[in-house]
Amino acid sequence: MSDTRRFGLIWIGLLVAVPGSLLLAASWGSSGWIWPWTQDGSMSRIIAELRMPRAIAALIVGSLLATAGCLMQVLLRNPLADPYVLGLSGGAAAFALAGMMFGLVWLPMPLLAFVGAFLTMILVFVLAHGRGPWSTTRVLLTGVVIASGWGALISLMLATGPDASLRSMLYWLMGDLSYASLSPWWLVPVTLGHGLLWLRARSLNVLSGGVLQAALLGESSRARFWEIYLVASLLTGLAVSVAGAIGFVGLVVPHLMRLVVGADHRRLLPAAALFGGAFLVVADTIARTVLSPRQLPVGVLTALIGVPLFVLLLNRAVRIRG
Amino acid sequence: MSSALLSTRSLSVQIGTCRVVESLDLEVEAGQFWGILGPNGVGKTTLLKTLAGVHPPAGGSVRLGNQPLASLSRRAIARRLGMLMQNTQYAFDARCEQTALVGRHPHLKPWSRESRTDRALARQALSDVGLGELSERSCMDLSGGESRRLALATLLVQDPAVLLLDEPTNHLDPANQVGILDVLVGKVRDRQKAAVMALHEVNLATCYCSHALMLFGDGRWEAGPTQELLNEDNLSRLYRCPMRLVDDGRQRVFAVAASP
Repeated sequence: MSDTRRFGLIWIGLLVAVPGSLLLAASWGSSGWIWPWTQDGSMSRIIAELRMPRAIAALIVGSLLATAGCLMQVLLRNPLADPYVLGLSGGAAAFALAGMMFGLVWLPMPLLAFVGAFLTMILVFVLAHGRGPWSTTRVLLTGVVIASGWGALISLMLATGPDASLRSMLYWLMGDLSYASLSPWWLVPVTLGHGLLWLRARSLNVLSGGVLQAALLGESSRARFWEIYLVASLLTGLAVSVAGAIGFVGLVVPHLMRLVVGADHRRLLPAAALFGGAFLVVADTIARTVLSPRQLPVGVLTALIGVPLFVLLLNRAVRIRG
Repeated sequence: MSSALLSTRSLSVQIGTCRVVESLDLEVEAGQFWGILGPNGVGKTTLLKTLAGVHPPAGGSVRLGNQPLASLSRRAIARRLGMLMQNTQYAFDARCEQTALVGRHPHLKPWSRESRTDRALARQALSDVGLGELSERSCMDLSGGESRRLALATLLVQDPAVLLLDEPTNHLDPANQVGILDVLVGKVRDRQKAAVMALHEVNLATCYCSHALMLFGDGRWEAGPTQELLNEDNLSRLYRCPMRLVDDGRQRVFAVAASP
């Protein structure tokens, strides 16, 4: 099969996956399977007012996290990087939670989450870089340690906070879309943002060759790296403020898409954004249905998929790099 | 005004406390192939990086054509000057052709894609370095020598007027060393480019370089045409071990002198 034809089919598949996942989210629920257009009255209201806004939120959060994952993997030149593993999501969640607990209600939560994610990013990179050379293990280790640090702070806040909201807070921290709802209008700025990012896609290809190589190929690499730091933190912060710390989407999705469309970011970014969105919509639908009437936080499900894959990738990376 | 593609004005380069060169005045003109020689750890790589503008000079300046390097954007530099680094590691799977195409980056606008001409250029470069057969292979599955040649193909696709080469023959077997240097010399001569190459192997310099720059490790340097500069005395001083010229009538080779 020729390349053009193959990619044509892949794009059609991805473009169908998004409305397909939304249809699944609308049709499937704790009351079993129903076709949305055969319903009237209360069921239509459930679909329009509960399921769809939640599915749209999942779609947007999924594509934000997948894109953030792609960006961080370029920064680290490593397919294991992910906003959750490196503690960005934890930092964002801790800041957002602190804002809520200390009554900083005049500050928008996404801003707090962004600041938390950005600070964590800087912290991880400064600590992991140190004087020595970059090493995968060192960066991952630093990220994991920082993430558990944020975890401890979050536990402290929860332990001293009011009991009434404990369960919903816990769920939110695990990554939960139960209270998330976004109007479809959110798709407009998100799509525009992705469009702008796409203009940087070839620069990302160059940057994944390393700072020096990028400079020699005409990228003012320091400025570009700051751009990526900022954008990745912003995407993570937004995602966390909507749905808490959902893990491993930024790891699983870029990895799968790299297998399908290759490492060229002009293809990888849009593919990861589309598939990440559809993936999280499906995962959330399963999470709220499979043990109904109980609802699982979707973060549990993504972690169940993500952790084995992470271990597999780590194993491969160690084998390649020695 | 000079006709030099790349020149330095009393350039001083340091790395840590090590003085690489002091007050270096170099004029690299079109058609010239320079070899940088010196013992291990003398700072050949650092000097090349300084010439590429990715290591700050301790004093003096580098000029690309008539403009100071420091006044140019990275993009403007990358269109006219490229460098082959000593090590290239690839982090993500990509086909060789795709990897070589990255060299077009400084010539393309953010939204434009590589044209048919660009692709032809990439295929040509791959076959120039002897990787024509492997253009569909992943860059992660290459041997040391092959990934070295892929990096060189990327540089050829970038197609700058000034080529800086850090040990281009590392990891290569003799046939490939000669093959690659032939390609580079051809580019320099036929397309009036200029090359500056750091080298371990003196005899490759005598075969391929029109000019040589010797770095002695304490900031002292000597530069000139290869024929005049490379002789037993100078090389023995440079490498701090006795070197001897062996001539069998067909070829002249420098070798470490056997102890008597």
